Amino acid sequence: MTAPLEAAEPAVQAAGPGDERPARRGTLQYALAKAGGALFSIAMVIVATFFVFRLLPGDPVRNLAQGRNMTPAQLDLERHRLGLDKPLINQFFDFVGNTLRLDLGTSYEYKRPVLDLIGERFGPTLLLAGTGLVIAVSLGIWQGTRAGWRHGGRFDRFSTGTSLVLWSVPTFWLGLLLMMVFGVGVGPIPGVLPFRGIESVDAPDGFAYLLDVASHMVLPCLTLVAVIYAQYLLVMRSSLLEEVSQDYVTVARAKGLRDDEVRRRHAVPNALLPTVTLVFMRIGFVVGGAVTVETIYTWPGLGQLFYEAISVPDFTLMQGTFMLITVAVIIMNTLADVVYRVLDPRVRSA
Amino acid sequence: MSDRMSLLQLDDVSVTYRIAAGEVPAVRGVSLALDSGAALGVAGESGSGKSTLAMALLRLLPRDARVGGRILLDGEDVLTMKWGRMRAVRWAEASIVFQGAQHGLNPVRRVGDQIAEPLLVHGLAKPEAARRRVTELLEQVGLPTWRARSYPHELSGGQRQRVMIAMALACSPRLIIADEPTTALDVMVQAQVLTLIKELVAEHGISLIMISHDLSVLADVCDQLAVMYAGRVVEHGPSAEVFHDAKHPYSRALAAAFPTVGDPASRMAPQGLGGDPPDPMRLPGGCAFHPRCPVALDECASLDVELWPAGPGRTAACVHVREKEGAS
Amino acid sequence: MTSVATTRRRQALGRFWTDFRRHRAGAVGLTVLIVAVLLAVTAPLFIDENVTSVVDAPGEEWSGPSLAFPFGTDESGRSILLMVWWGSRTSLLIGFLAALVSIVIGMVVGIAAGHFRGWLSAVLMRITDWFLVLPSLVTALVLAAILGGSTFTIIMAIGITTWPSTARLIRAQTLAVEARPYIERSKALGAGHWHITSRHVLPNVAPLLLASTTLEVASAIVTESTLAFLGVSSNKTSWGTMLRGSYDYGAATQGAWWYILIPGLAILAVVMAFTLVGRALEAVLNPRLRKAS
Repeated sequence: MTAPLEAAEPAVQAAGPGDERPARRGTLQYALAKAGGALFSIAMVIVATFFVFRLLPGDPVRNLAQGRNMTPAQLDLERHRLGLDKPLINQFFDFVGNTLRLDLGTSYEYKRPVLDLIGERFGPTLLLAGTGLVIAVSLGIWQGTRAGWRHGGRFDRFSTGTSLVLWSVPTFWLGLLLMMVFGVGVGPIPGVLPFRGIESVDAPDGFAYLLDVASHMVLPCLTLVAVIYAQYLLVMRSSLLEEVSQDYVTVARAKGLRDDEVRRRHAVPNALLPTVTLVFMRIGFVVGGAVTVETIYTWPGLGQLFYEAISVPDFTLMQGTFMLITVAVIIMNTLADVVYRVLDPRVRSA
Repeated sequence: MSDRMSLLQLDDVSVTYRIAAGEVPAVRGVSLALDSGAALGVAGESGSGKSTLAMALLRLLPRDARVGGRILLDGEDVLTMKWGRMRAVRWAEASIVFQGAQHGLNPVRRVGDQIAEPLLVHGLAKPEAARRRVTELLEQVGLPTWRARSYPHELSGGQRQRVMIAMALACSPRLIIADEPTTALDVMVQAQVLTLIKELVAEHGISLIMISHDLSVLADVCDQLAVMYAGRVVEHGPSAEVFHDAKHPYSRALAAAFPTVGDPASRMAPQGLGGDPPDPMRLPGGCAFHPRCPVALDECASLDVELWPAGPGRTAACVHVREKEGAS
Repeated sequence: MTSVATTRRRQALGRFWTDFRRHRAGAVGLTVLIVAVLLAVTAPLFIDENVTSVVDAPGEEWSGPSLAFPFGTDESGRSILLMVWWGSRTSLLIGFLAALVSIVIGMVVGIAAGHFRGWLSAVLMRITDWFLVLPSLVTALVLAAILGGSTFTIIMAIGITTWPSTARLIRAQTLAVEARPYIERSKALGAGHWHITSRHVLPNVAPLLLASTTLEVASAIVTESTLAFLGVSSNKTSWGTMLRGSYDYGAATQGAWWYILIPGLAILAVVMAFTLVGRALEAVLNPRLRKAS
């Protein structure tokens, strides 16, 4: 909810006119340049993480001691364990070295390597967020196309209206409502769907297990989709409106193509380009939504892990999961840039 | 005007847009005729309704536009055609050349594919034959044939305009509607493109309707000229005569705004016209031009103007014309 | 400022107001906004912090909507209506201040990146892009957790994670404004950086900033309530904290639907109001901006 709703800023820089054939080798160079930029950003994330977790006000160990009775000796032990008693420069190089070797430290809460915990929780998050993203993107693009093609019509106004509402709804509140209505039941309506965890306590085996997991995924997935798909709808709609206002769509009609042919062959493919790119670029928003949804429904994924790290607070775990999440987002953004360039011939020749 | 069966005949065509604030009459009762192989120029400022009229010819206006009157293309009324017939007529009988400088070409498709598209849509050629036709067309408009694989942004404005022309010729139509085909181009390129249009039209015997605000361009390319103001035709006649000896004060002003190249006298005295075109929702009574007219009379504010004869094969919607002709 | 400029600005303002009024959704949003702000501001006249007191709770626990308690009570018997009313001050204030921080940073960086050329602009854009990539909620959570969840840190956490989009917008607008011929003339006449940015760029960028601020407030309120719900805010009165209470104490199981519905509706109403006003502002100002540049 923190990025402009519909502004799809195209990275298109058209090449100048001329009589020479355009160079197509540029794509590899472009990809390498972007990869270099991504590596630099990732390096900055690692450095920033280090400083944020150590230099900002709030002694981490003292914060750890909030609500817990720890003797000064125990505090000192903790400080030593976290390496906080070494000179800052040493700490920095230790940190960077460890991170690059994928040694993200040991969790205070679980007393296990952070990397292991991440490995365990990665699957459920991929399942939930991946499914949610696929559904949200498909639904958003389909509905956005229909709404934009009949601009101003009833479907359009209905779609835009509901999108604005869903955009304004806090994810966690929607989760609470859905949980209440469909999970627990309210008033005379009984609750039907499970709303805690990924599997029932007495989980069955084989195919029945898959069904069990799937039934547990319904509410969290629904919540996630409801919040993020509105964005894709609005972007696709405005993209399509932008394309339709161009002359080439009128030319296509003038050539004798049917309405749906004009839409399918000219308007939608052109409108999809910035939309799909934007989906990748806004992945940070999906991540935020996933964290909230996993927390509410106690879905054992990375988001839930991150939340646990925050509430304990377990700084090593927090640090590790934060870096992983951020690096993943940076990689997705870079992919978006490169894929867009490959797909859009205008950018390719730049 | 001859009694021959015209290729295109407009009978009292009007276009009204419906918007929230009311109705906007963009075109009000236009009647024109175009013979086979002839070229008609339609001139006017922006807002005169000329582009709207052009779009109406192939029913390309948005849904909220109401079109009245008849548009007869080879005897068939375009406005009452079934959609299937309309789509068959589009491009195959009559095609349009837009301003190529704008996004008249799909930016992510190759130019050759776009030229070939109408051939495939109308089933006039298989892909292989279409490719050959594209090569042929590119040669006709003076572009190297390998350009078929280029994307629009790789071409200059003039080259894109040539592609638009090649595209319009693809299905060998009988009529081409050119909407401001040279407006955004440099003067030199403009001259080249105009020459190209003239040659192709003459060579293939295609009828042409050209729309522009530049009277000198139209006078050069077209046989007949119609000047539009506030949705109506205010003057009509052979283009050279209308350009050099306009009968309607608006046409005179329009002609004077574009000095003839090579004529020092016209360069020295550019005649601008004060004021703006009227708001179509608040048209002045009587002659729509009278508030800006340098020779307006009292009666112009209330008189119903129509196109009165103003010489052999000429008409003009001005009171002065009626008086002069009446007197002689 | 000469009187000609003042008159022109006043006329423009008048035109703007007429245009804005025509957007029905925006007008509705504005009304809701004004009502909400009035309620928040006048709250101390009617109630005070005691509404959140667990000890002096006036009603019975978990009682549904009734005449005495139109929105029911929570797990300690406190009136949900009064708590929501009192909480509006927190949510609106934090939302507004956080948006302000975000906008100010974005404005400064955006104008600087658009005005100055060369390495300064490149560095600023690189920084902006980097911040833009950071997932905002996750980063805000980390900042709030580390810095402690005081009101100030929450405001800073939200502000720091949301300024980049504004910066990009303002930079684009600055570039457009500075491309106009009168700026070139101004520079040729020897106008300094400060003069150009404050006299020329800022007034032209201000309308866009207004629209952005409004939308940012909407977003900040959602973020603040999410942060409160997830437990990193030490604020006891925020709507997000109330909803956290409903979750922790099992309002759903208790069947206390009012506990979940009402605070959430309050958030939704205020956020939608800001969003509608912001979009209306954009719609009114944008075509003019596009025409002008």
